[in-house]
Amino acid sequence: MLNPQERTDETNLPTAARDDGSGADVPLSVYDLTVAYHRKPVIWDVGFDLPAGQLIGIVGPNGAGKSTLLKAVMDLIPRASGRVRIFGDTYRDNRHRVGYVPQRESVDWQFPVSALDVVAMGLYDKIGWCRPVRKKHRDQAREALTRVGIGDLADRQISQLSGGQQQRTFLARALVQDADLYLMDEPFAAVDAATERAIVEILRDLKARGKTAAVIHHDLQTVPEYFDYVVLLNMRVVAHGAVEETFTQDNLQKTYGGRLTLLDEVTEAMRRRESSI
Amino acid sequence: MWHAMAHRLNALVGNAACGGRSLPLVRGLLLLVLLTVSATVCHARGRHPQNDGSRPAAFQWADTQWGRVLLMKDYNTRIVIFGVAVLGGASGLVGSFTLLRKRALMGDALSHASLPGIAIAFIAANWFGGNEKSLLWLLVGATASGLLGVAVILVIRNQTRLKEDAALGIVLSVFFGAGVALLGVIQQMDTGHAAGLEGFVYGKTASMRAADAKLIAVTSLIVIAGCLILFKELKLLCFDEGFAGAQGFPVVALDVGLMSMVVLVTIVGLQAVGLVLMIALLVIPAAAARFWTETMWRMMLWAALLGTCGSIVGGLVSALFPGLPSGAMIVLVCSIFFFISMMLGTRRGVLIRFLRRLRLNRRIDRQHLLRAMYEQIEKHSGGQAGRDLALRTNRRTPVTIDQLLSMRSWSRRRLCRAIDQADEDELLRMHEGTCKLTQAGFTEAARLTRQHRLWEMYLIAYADVATANVDRDADKIEHVLAPEVIDQLEDLLDEQGMMIPVPISPHGIVNDDPTAVAGNPPDRSPEAST
Repeated sequence: MLNPQERTDETNLPTAARDDGSGADVPLSVYDLTVAYHRKPVIWDVGFDLPAGQLIGIVGPNGAGKSTLLKAVMDLIPRASGRVRIFGDTYRDNRHRVGYVPQRESVDWQFPVSALDVVAMGLYDKIGWCRPVRKKHRDQAREALTRVGIGDLADRQISQLSGGQQQRTFLARALVQDADLYLMDEPFAAVDAATERAIVEILRDLKARGKTAAVIHHDLQTVPEYFDYVVLLNMRVVAHGAVEETFTQDNLQKTYGGRLTLLDEVTEAMRRRESSI
Repeated sequence: MWHAMAHRLNALVGNAACGGRSLPLVRGLLLLVLLTVSATVCHARGRHPQNDGSRPAAFQWADTQWGRVLLMKDYNTRIVIFGVAVLGGASGLVGSFTLLRKRALMGDALSHASLPGIAIAFIAANWFGGNEKSLLWLLVGATASGLLGVAVILVIRNQTRLKEDAALGIVLSVFFGAGVALLGVIQQMDTGHAAGLEGFVYGKTASMRAADAKLIAVTSLIVIAGCLILFKELKLLCFDEGFAGAQGFPVVALDVGLMSMVVLVTIVGLQAVGLVLMIALLVIPAAAARFWTETMWRMMLWAALLGTCGSIVGGLVSALFPGLPSGAMIVLVCSIFFFISMMLGTRRGVLIRFLRRLRLNRRIDRQHLLRAMYEQIEKHSGGQAGRDLALRTNRRTPVTIDQLLSMRSWSRRRLCRAIDQADEDELLRMHEGTCKLTQAGFTEAARLTRQHRLWEMYLIAYADVATANVDRDADKIEHVLAPEVIDQLEDLLDEQGMMIPVPISPHGIVNDDPTAVAGNPPDRSPEAST
């Protein structure tokens, strides 16, 4: 089986490494990306090219650095090393082509804003500094809320939305950005079944319109159903590729391996102790 | 699922909130301010001997110090009060942002840390033979040491494992202590003109000159303008820093901008409010405003209004009694506002929350009552065949209060209250200790029972809840089921072929033969369907 970490062949290098202006059709290319908090690396030497127009699942155990990867891609946290290219250019130059859905827990939902206000935030960059949000922007935001199925809740204060509705609000905010690449941090975390279906539908709709979405995902069972491509991450990229070839028991074992072996050992120890009594 | 339901509960309760009642309360607050002022005036007129001139007090009122201050006859007073008012508005606005950014205490650290700067500036000016009371130099000193204090906090937070609150506590006390020590040194110096510096500690509008007030007003206006111009950006920063950064907004620069506005307000506010209590003007109006609204700009408007009122009243009182520090007065007035807001706030006030909870509890009691009635009637109607018809004909079966009491663990008083209210709403008729459902009551009871049982069946079929526990679990949730959830439940259970007008209880009704529980597992009761 092909191991993507062996990058001996030049052509296997992510386009971010080549930097010859190529890769304008590669939505996200990461090369040799390392991020460290307090000198402890969180992700280490991560590299891959994401295919355009596909739904990509980023999968790995807790603390594997999935959120860190997205944040580092968007220059939200400093990188120790590495290079990131969005459609062949830096994030700074192409950030208007990127839509972001942060983790729901990352904000205070008691904040005095309505769902519509939150969605309109996706337009702030387009509206520009110091200019007010106008009616056409609000209409756009309302339309996005309708698209995610909660148009009737637009004027509700955000703490009065259910978890799923809050997640949809975040999704709507990314949709109004009208980006080509969407980065989503666990949009499926703790949402109800209806919201999960709605999100999947929106993802498929995005794909149908030629957009790319990279989604951090926790539920291994649904990965083959929801995604075309998968990046298995545990500090390093364990494997990346089309779901059919990459999402194998073997690779999962490698990704979650540390923990699985530990569990096995504990179980074994317990068993031995029981038998000795 | 539970989480989602809890949110739905919130939403329901939130919807019951009444809007648009804030205007009378604004008026009420203003009235209160006026009352406070006039009460102080009356009190003072009775005690102060300035009025004992030849003319009767009533005629010369306007000429006394009191009259002069309150009618703002002096140019100086007018300007000072205006300056303080604008300062209150500006701190309300900036304070809203810092409160939402959860950096409210930064202002406190900043103001406390400014004291050594003021003292050093005073000493230095004295040394070089300058005008040691030149406000500008004192404020420059205050800014420098205040910013140094904030910088030290950031260093402690980022370089050690100490949390921000510890860093704040250390810096705040150390800088303030150093400042107090330096003030003591100044008192020992031959010049001995340090008296004016105490105004910086507790605030003293009485000693402010027109020029000082103008400086305050202009700076505050700049800050107000900054808040309004950057409203959108600061709102995004406070709500979702990560998203702001991803959109390319310079988060650090915005934070620095917000912090600079806090610095400006705090430093010019030192004279009026005093460095000990400056934090009150930054936090209290904003926190009070939060009780009245769920919209950011309204919150800021309220905060500015409350800050302005508080500062005017505090400033006036301090101008009247040079012995009363304006900072203390402003805090007292603001805290009255805060208390009123906390109790009566139309959105998050204690009272409205209590009423909402009461209303919900009443509704739940009523639903329990109706369902209990329905289940009793069901018992009377007996067997399965033609059950629906039998139920309808038995609608008027009288149910005694004792029967109802045995259905649930509720007190007689609570049950009777629920019955009285249902009677008032014509859902049932109460007659000599027995209740009969009306047509409307029966329809509602059937609907509620159906809702309850749908949910129970769902729990048994999908959530693997044991049949014995299902009633208790369903009990908690059924009151908050939204229509769309009911729809979903129906769809789900319909696929299972269990759709029925009111399904049979999966667990049997209290006081029933317990064997009935085992007899009717819900996922195998298609015979009950119509």
